[in-house]
Parts: sequence; structure tokens; C-alpha cells
Amino acid sequence: MSDLSRRKMIKTGLVATASVAGLGAAAKIAEMYGLVPPDHGGLYGLGETLTYASQRLLTRHSLAREFSRSQISKPPFANEVEPFTDEFKRLQAGKFAEWRLAVNGMVARPGSYSLDQLKSFPSHSQITMLQCEEGWSYIAEWVGVPLSHVLDVAGALPQAKYVAYYSFEPDTWESIDMADALHPQTFVTYGMNGDDLPVGHGGPLRLRLPRQMGYKSVKYLTHLTVTDNLKNIGKGNGSASADFGYAWYAGI
Amino acid sequence: MRNLCTSCYHSGVSDSAYAPTSAAAVPTTTVTSRHSALVRITHWITTLCFVALLVSGLEIVISHPRFYWGEVGNDLTQPLFKIPVPASRRLVPTGYSYTLPDANGWSRYLHFQTAWFLIITGLLYLIWGVFSGHFRRNLLPQGADLSWREITSTIGRHMRFQRPGAADAWSYNVLQRTTYLLVIFVLFPLIIWTGLAMSPAFVSAFPATVNVLGGQQSARTLHFLVTIALVLFLAVHVVMVCISGFKSRMRAMITGRASANKERI
Repeated sequence: MSDLSRRKMIKTGLVATASVAGLGAAAKIAEMYGLVPPDHGGLYGLGETLTYASQRLLTRHSLAREFSRSQISKPPFANEVEPFTDEFKRLQAGKFAEWRLAVNGMVARPGSYSLDQLKSFPSHSQITMLQCEEGWSYIAEWVGVPLSHVLDVAGALPQAKYVAYYSFEPDTWESIDMADALHPQTFVTYGMNGDDLPVGHGGPLRLRLPRQMGYKSVKYLTHLTVTDNLKNIGKGNGSASADFGYAWYAGI
Repeated sequence: MRNLCTSCYHSGVSDSAYAPTSAAAVPTTTVTSRHSALVRITHWITTLCFVALLVSGLEIVISHPRFYWGEVGNDLTQPLFKIPVPASRRLVPTGYSYTLPDANGWSRYLHFQTAWFLIITGLLYLIWGVFSGHFRRNLLPQGADLSWREITSTIGRHMRFQRPGAADAWSYNVLQRTTYLLVIFVLFPLIIWTGLAMSPAFVSAFPATVNVLGGQQSARTLHFLVTIALVLFLAVHVVMVCISGFKSRMRAMITGRASANKERI
């Protein structure tokens, strides 16, 4: 082996050692600043952590693109939903007057809200794109109350790190970090394109967050749990889709 | 015609800039490095990444094998084109009576993790390529390469499916140089860009990256078309390796050692 290649090998070894040490330090810092997703374990944990951490750093306050009224998709495509249960049909027959959104966990004032109560909160609208991880998309106008307002009313505690949210459909729940929960475009949505939110699109209530894929916008929203720890929910991966093998963070 | 620098044959660095131009000038023993260690390592990591990205990417595509132009596209809108394959989702109108199993969970995980590996590998290669002079020496067409005569004669040799001469074992000809530059500096950046332009969170921070492409569905369609271009490159690349001597070219890219000895296919 010539001197030159030996020197090269030593150099390569040093760079490799420094990289590993650097990665270790980076992991510590990432953990400290909440840049590690709940599904960071396993085969794809490294990629997930890199994606979540970098997107969180780049997009903490950025706003999803909004579109003009003329760009609204007519008609908006509604994906397949599970057949409705008798209980759901009963609530639907009563125009969802009995539908309630419960808020519990790390909040000063746990409670539940009727649709009318939610509609009495400041109403906001956004014309944004719903993107499905399958590849299709549509643009609609969504009307609702920002989740941050609901969390304010309930008095979410400052230690809160995540909001888990549940659907009327069994085993359907997701969670988001506080950056997304407090984001101005994250809505508890009850209206769409100038009307009530159709049941095909998750009516009467859907959590809507346009900076992540459609599967994070859970339909038939029934309750929110504010928490600082996702380990005790489901299998501890942060959402039903993560338990099912889909990424918890779906910003890409 | 380039000068032959024999002293380079004993160094560990890539010496293809000093390529001999006739078989007589090629040393009979193979002690030299055709490809530097960094080129070889990044080449094979990229190969693995490409295969993983292609498989996972195609798996994601079959959940909606329709392509659109503009911002939006779904089962209710007119596609630009469709791929005539069954889908892994029931609602997609494909003309097939059955649906394939849903495997988007691991496919998306694998696709994005591999994209990170590819980007890190690519950056390493880019930085090294600039500072080591690899791009300037080995990939940028040299003055003599760019003469009309050289270009036409190289194309002519390819059209006649002539086996490359000994010099080609030591250096890239003008067609190879142009193609590699195109892949490294146009197709790879494009595939990364169009991939990121599909990410709703990424474009919330950098909306121009998707707006200039004409919309999110345009980005998806372009991502697919660039994939086809890369697959075509791969096919031609593998065929050329086989024509010019599979064993010696593989040996050069694995061990770094080039043998210009007459090898029979």
C-alpha cells in the first residue's frame, strides 16, 4: 500500500468517526427540541426522523398555499368511507344536533362542545388543497374554527406536546405536534364550499390540516386529547396509521 | 491526443485524464486505479438507492396510475395520461376488475428514507467531484472531444455498434461525458426537485418550487417522466457495459483496477 493511499485511509477513518460522533450529538439535540417523531424506531426510523426534523425546522410557521375561488374543484372528489353505523345514521337523521366534540387530557377545562357551540366560535375559512398519499388531490374551501382557538377555550397546559384526535370510526385516530396543532390553518372544520361539510368528506366535523397528507385530516371528529406523551396511546407510534404501517408525520 | 503520463499508473488517484490512446501504450499489468474509491462507493450506493426508489416509487404509482397537469387531479378529472395497470385502490377507474394489495405504508417509508441516503451520497460525490477535479478532468468534454469530427466519429462508432477501443477503458468519450453530466447535473436535481415539490409541508415554506412547475400534479407527472428518463439511461448504461466487456468494466467499478488486456466477451 502506498503512502498516499494510507494517508487517504486514515483521513477517511477520521471523517467517518467524526460523522458518527456528530450524528450522536445531533440525535441528542433533536430529542431536546422535539424533532424526533414517535415512529422513530425500526427500519425506517432514521429517514422519518430526518424528514420530520428538517421539515419541522423549515416549516414551523409557514402557511400552506391558498388558492383562488376559481380554482376550487367542482365537484370535489370524496374518497371511499366505511359504511355508516346505525348510531351514525341516527345522529345524521337528527342533523347532528347531538354530535359533540370532547376535549380532555392536559387541559384546564375538560369538556365537550356541540356543533352550534363550535359554530359560535370565530369562524375562519381557507381555500387549500387536500392531497392524498395515493397521488390524487382537490382544492376546496374549508370553513371552521382554528384548533388553536378550541385549545385556548379548553385551556391547554403549556407542557402539552401533542394533540391526539379521534374519529367516530373505530380505531381511527391521529396525533400532531403543537406546531401543527397551533398552526393557523389547522381547523376543526364544519363547512365546505359554502355548505355544511358533507358526510362523504367527513361531516359533520373533520380535523383539517393542509400541510400534511389527507390521512391526517381525520373525518367524523369526536374527541381531542391533549398530551405530552404518545407512548401510552395505541401501540405508541403516535397514530392508528403509524400502527398500521404508515408514517406518523405526513408532510411529504 | 493526450499525453501519456506513466508515472500516474502507480498513484492511487484516478488517472483517466492521461488516457493512453493506443493499445500499445496500455500497460500489460493492471496496477492502476480506473475509478477512485469515492466514485466506486458512491456509484454502488446510488445503484442500491436507485433500485429501492424505483421499486417503492412504482408501488406508490399503482395506488393511482393516472397522471395530470396543473394543480389538481383525481378520479373525477381528466388525466393527461394513464398507465394501463391495475390499481391498489378500489375507486380508481383502471378497467381491471381486481385491485392489488395496498403496500403504500412501507413504500413511502422506504422511498423517503432512500431519498435521504441518495441526497447525502450525491452531496458527498458533488463536493468531492468539484474539489478533486473529477468533473473537470473526467466528465467535462475536453477541447479535442468537442471538435465536430470527434463527435461525429464517436456517434458513428456507436451507430455501428463497434466495440470500444482500448482507450475507452481508460477514459470516457464525448458521448459518455455528456450523458453522465446530463444525469448528474440535470436529471438527478430534477428528480429531487419534483419530489420535494409534491410535499405539502415543503412547498408551504418554498411555494415557488411547485408554482414554477405549473402545480402539484405537474410536479408528480414530471417526477414520473424524469424517472423514465433515468430508467432509459440505466438500460443503455448496462447494455454499454455488457458490450464493452462486462467483466472488466465491473472489475473497474468494484476494485478500481482497469485491465485493458484484450478481453473476450
